[in-house]
Amino acid sequence: MTAMPAGRPRSPAVGYWIGFGVVVVLLVIAPLVLPPFWQRFATEILVWGLLAMSSDILIGYTGMVSFGHSAFFGLGMYGAAAALLTMKPPSLGLALLYGLVAAGAAAVFVAYFATRLRDIYFAISTLVFSQIFYVIIFTWTEVTGGENGLTFSQPRLTIPGLWSDRFTPVTFHWFVLVVVVLSYLLVRRITQSPFGMVLQSIRENEPRTRAIGYHVERYKIVAVMLSGLFAGLSGVLYALQNKFAAPDFVFFVVSGEVVIFNVMGGMGTLVGPFAGAAFFLLLREGLSRFLTEYYLIPLGIIFIIMIIFLPQGLLGFLRRRLNA
Amino acid sequence: MDQIIIQTLHGLVNGMVLAMVASGLTLIFGIMDIVNFAHGDLMMLGAFVGASVVGVTGNYWLALVVAAIVIAVLGALLQITTLRPLIGRDPLTTILATFGVSLVIQKYALWQWGPSVRRISEPVPGDFTLFHLQYPWYRVATAVLAGLIIGGLWLFLKYGKYGIWIRATTQDRVMAQAMGIPVPLVYTAVFAIGSAMAAASGVLFGPFAGVTQTMGFDFTLRAFIVVVVGGMGNLGGSILASIFVSLLESYASIVVSPAQAVIVSFVVLVLTMLFRPTGLFVPTPK
Amino acid sequence: MLVLENVDAHYGKSHVLHGVSIEVRAGEVVGLLGRNGVGKTTTLKAIMGMVRRTGGRVTFDGRDLGGVPPHGMAGLGIAWVPEERRIFRLLTVLENLRTGLDRPGVTPDDRERLLEKVYSYFPILRERRHQAGGTLSGGEQQMLAIARAMMLEPKIILLDEPTEGLMPRMVAQIQAIVHALHRDGVAILLVEQNVPLTLDAAGRVYIMEKGAVRHHASAAELRADQRVIHEYLGV
Repeated sequence: MTAMPAGRPRSPAVGYWIGFGVVVVLLVIAPLVLPPFWQRFATEILVWGLLAMSSDILIGYTGMVSFGHSAFFGLGMYGAAAALLTMKPPSLGLALLYGLVAAGAAAVFVAYFATRLRDIYFAISTLVFSQIFYVIIFTWTEVTGGENGLTFSQPRLTIPGLWSDRFTPVTFHWFVLVVVVLSYLLVRRITQSPFGMVLQSIRENEPRTRAIGYHVERYKIVAVMLSGLFAGLSGVLYALQNKFAAPDFVFFVVSGEVVIFNVMGGMGTLVGPFAGAAFFLLLREGLSRFLTEYYLIPLGIIFIIMIIFLPQGLLGFLRRRLNA
Repeated sequence: MDQIIIQTLHGLVNGMVLAMVASGLTLIFGIMDIVNFAHGDLMMLGAFVGASVVGVTGNYWLALVVAAIVIAVLGALLQITTLRPLIGRDPLTTILATFGVSLVIQKYALWQWGPSVRRISEPVPGDFTLFHLQYPWYRVATAVLAGLIIGGLWLFLKYGKYGIWIRATTQDRVMAQAMGIPVPLVYTAVFAIGSAMAAASGVLFGPFAGVTQTMGFDFTLRAFIVVVVGGMGNLGGSILASIFVSLLESYASIVVSPAQAVIVSFVVLVLTMLFRPTGLFVPTPK
Repeated sequence: MLVLENVDAHYGKSHVLHGVSIEVRAGEVVGLLGRNGVGKTTTLKAIMGMVRRTGGRVTFDGRDLGGVPPHGMAGLGIAWVPEERRIFRLLTVLENLRTGLDRPGVTPDDRERLLEKVYSYFPILRERRHQAGGTLSGGEQQMLAIARAMMLEPKIILLDEPTEGLMPRMVAQIQAIVHALHRDGVAILLVEQNVPLTLDAAGRVYIMEKGAVRHHASAAELRADQRVIHEYLGV
């Protein structure tokens, strides 16, 4: 093992982990120092960030645009609702399970299409799919509560044998933080692996990747499954935080917003989506104070300007370093 | 039986309006590979402008012309400012950009005209009788007018110097440039034409159901479906597909609620994409 | 008239032209020879502004073509007949011709005259004038491509491998056309793999290899001493 020559610059990895650590610590402290409104806000950023990250697996790494994430999110949400309404006492584990299974099933369905349709056709079909789902949820009132959605109570955090206690907004925030950080680390591990490299190769040049001998279909299927599962997970978390499930969140606009988070934050970075979500949500918060529901006009314009002049997004410059 | 006749008429009429929207969309896609997410919103904006003109002058036909011109100009400006800079980039960026435009237009319409539904009164009063059923004349007039406008578009493309420019640019952009055709200008013009058609169909559709901010999205979605089913870039195909899909939806609404009838269109789209992705009405490529 | 000075070009990161310098004077026929892939077509595209020029200059009649977009070339008098012909397949023969004919400053009399002229050069096009371009044979398409360029009344035609894939009878016809155009005073930059045709038609010839001009001589010299041709083209 050779000794490191003196004066050699730190590898990017160390700087990255330091930055990461700082952000996590800040997020841990956040609920303790912020007023209640901003506490919830911070938790929401995490949840939406997770959803956007799941989308990044497809858009940023595999090069497949999906407008269907509202469906996965919605299925996670309604799946959790189903568990919490049908089982007494409401169980956290079961909510997670139902939500993930529901989202996973949808992901299988979408994955089938992913292998048969390319690019724009895939994007349109995911859009259509999420709308079909919306229509079903909206009109199947007996099961889904239709327009009004479903309300339920938050389950306790139960670790069998250890403890069982209600969540407080602070502990819930930490719970979400743990889930999100673990998810992020897991997805990062996957995208840095040979599997992830193949995905990126598909994004860069699909025909060539196929010609080299990779079963592009299989990789796409796994990518869609992963994306769908984590999107579903974010839906479960959202349901748990807000104690309701509503069709609004399944409407296509949510998918659109997710894509906006990706673009604003930087595709193909995994952390970009979180930054994008935070940026968008903060802007929305700020702008709507002055402009009420018309905040979307300047926000939309900012989005368009970013696409034209800053296509790599806020953190896009990190893409190379994060994915070397 | 009565229902079937009524729904057939509905399907045909709605199909013609949809065909007008879709022809603009497919023209734009065929020539510059842009999936215009904001297309339905341009229709909605045209409907609002039309409603305002009718409100002030009481003249439906003037509203139709003014809306078409105003939105054509808007479309041209949009193309120049947001889409021209994106030429040559990943097609994904144009979908995103037009999605952004769609959001801005929807909220702008809300801001400008408020949340209440606007009405455009029927240009041609009265019903006509088919067997023992009544059907409003203005709907028939709408279908006929839509047909005339689409026919006019077809003639313009087939004959006339600019029609040749557009068709040449659609087939081979690079060679068209080499022949001296000002392709960037052609792009802007086509986008303006597509926008004008969307706006006109908005005014035509106005009397059917009232004018609201969200009417655009439904049409955008249906127009996408129709353009894919008809063959992207294929004008005749998208017209046939519009009628086909509208008829199916109308018949479906006899059995299920109108909100759910839209699923029929989705299913048609999915089946088309899986089994005949070049379009249902396009001969199978060899 | 057309002068390339030290032109460099890139396809993305790939450096495809290295310091190419070529000149075509008014009314001249100049040949550009070389094996497949040496950059002949790329040179023509660089003139048309279709490939990114990263060094050097292209001037036409003294005017720098640097800021001129591809669709401005036709108006300056530069016509391009590409390698694959690129007929507008869904347009009729007449419509194809009209893409060149419908430009400012052309009177109805001019139109008559120009159409009659190309029909006299290429009678088959008159016959097929209402047929779709895609239904024409390879040779007919080549004729249409040249006729279309003639519609622009150009000062120079960039003619890229016009005889590729054609039968000998058609090759002879192309040769006759090149001579006729020359007589009309149109300059031609002729890219070809067909050496005898080039040496017959051209006054001067440049030979390219690996993206650069390696040799420049009069056609007469090259006819006299076949060794240079052998060296660069292996024929």
